[in-house]
Amino acid sequence: MKYQETAVIAEQQEIAEHIYSLWLKADKIAREARPGQFVSVYCRDESRLLPRPISICEIDKEGGRLRLVYRTAGAGTREFSRLAAGDSLELVGPLGNGFPLDKGYRKVLLVGGGIGVPPMVELAKWLPGEKMTVSGYRNGDLFLKEELSRNSALYIATEDGSVGTKGNVLDAIRENHLEADAIFACGPSPMLKALKAYAEEKGMDCYLSLEERMACGIGACLACVCTSKDVDAHTNVKNKRICKDGPVFAAEEIEL
Amino acid sequence: MRNTSVNLAGVELKNPVMTASGTFGSSGEYGEFYDLGELGAIVTKGVANVPWPGNPVPRIAETKSGMLNAIGLQNPGIDVFIERDIPLLKQYDTKIIVNVCGRTVEDYCEVVERLSDQPVDMLEINVSCPNVKEGGIAFGQKPEALEAITKEVKRRAKQPVIMKLSPNVTDIGEMARAAEAGGADVLSLINTITGMKIDIHKRTFALANKTGGLSGPAVKPVAVRMVYQAAQAVSLPIIGMGGIMNGEDAIEFILAGATAVSVGTANFANPFAAEETVKGILDYMERYQVEDIRDLIGAVR
Repeated sequence: MKYQETAVIAEQQEIAEHIYSLWLKADKIAREARPGQFVSVYCRDESRLLPRPISICEIDKEGGRLRLVYRTAGAGTREFSRLAAGDSLELVGPLGNGFPLDKGYRKVLLVGGGIGVPPMVELAKWLPGEKMTVSGYRNGDLFLKEELSRNSALYIATEDGSVGTKGNVLDAIRENHLEADAIFACGPSPMLKALKAYAEEKGMDCYLSLEERMACGIGACLACVCTSKDVDAHTNVKNKRICKDGPVFAAEEIEL
Repeated sequence: MRNTSVNLAGVELKNPVMTASGTFGSSGEYGEFYDLGELGAIVTKGVANVPWPGNPVPRIAETKSGMLNAIGLQNPGIDVFIERDIPLLKQYDTKIIVNVCGRTVEDYCEVVERLSDQPVDMLEINVSCPNVKEGGIAFGQKPEALEAITKEVKRRAKQPVIMKLSPNVTDIGEMARAAEAGGADVLSLINTITGMKIDIHKRTFALANKTGGLSGPAVKPVAVRMVYQAAQAVSLPIIGMGGIMNGEDAIEFILAGATAVSVGTANFANPFAAEETVKGILDYMERYQVEDIRDLIGAVR
């Protein structure tokens, strides 16, 4: 079930340069939400028509709260970043399928790159088994490090080498000799492409959370499609709707 | 009891509010938010004789008070549409209008014939999509071509035919007359206006297709003007659309000459937009003591 809900901001802070952490009171959406899902966030400025899809970083079911961690990329997200406790925002959600949680893996590798790191926080809480998280950042301006450490063994990669492995998430996986039954990943598409190839090579299962420009967010407009390996049951062509059939796909279902 | 029902070529709508093709899916996606039976009609996403994969992504870009889209008429083809989507839409107590697209006259006619024994109320012929290379707008920019395809479709159609007009023309009145001469029962306008957005930071086009169709409040004054001009040019009923966000916008189109209106891009800004437009029209009628919506159609000359 999807809800439109007026969410009230509990707190907001900038946790790294241009990265904001927003806790919202949104009872209905928090009750339904699962890791890997996202919400549509609507701008107050009516000249910005389209909702911004933002992944869910944490879910507080008891408190009816959601945590969104996002990067300011344009005027819409800058508008959100100026909101403070007590302000409200219109949301629709929870949207998308989320990560699969019942595959029975003993050992899993969670991989987040840049603004793909936040969904790994809630995923690490829900997934059973032994968990390792690899998060990749540009530099030492890290975010969500403590949260990720709470429910998984954390490995860090930075492009400039200031913290952890110098290089990308795959460099960190190799340097630390990390092995697992499956990879769960969210991040920029070159990273996802590399992980898909790596998982294939190692014979691991792999789930990728994709991103694309969206309009409706609910599977109606067909703006946010990705190329699928086979003809999709809904679209009847070789593509899938990221907002509705995703954002999480088994790596072998899609072409990157 | 105020009358909100309107008649389009013999089809009675409980109110003049419908959804603009392409913004509302074909499988009742928005039924998760409200009872779609509150709408006058649902207009489906365009459907062709065979599945179409559409354009590469990015397919959309936001612009000031508007958006560009170049979806490219992705659709599952008429077989799946008939088997799956029509039954899904028939669950709702509303009229069903199927938007038909094609690359050739034969493509359009094939879809129209396939729909002849289906429980759909009207057909909307999309001769105005700016985002596909063949078909689409090619039939919608020359009066002779528009008249000819209208005639071909009308010969085969069992349901009333709506011709959807492009705003990317010099004289909308001339196009409206061509569709009327071809035997159209109803006209709908406007489809999107061809536009372009460039990402100056990446120095690329915002859309993979380079150009896209502009919609949303940014186009509304153009749409109102064209609906007015079309209404002056022909005696057919008109479905007005282009940037309608609420009941007041809908009333503006009706006053300009539209018998019914479509809510499109607004569905993205607010999933309840079409439902709220129905309520907004009633609010206006109450405020100004309008007993019958039909008294407002073309009331501003």
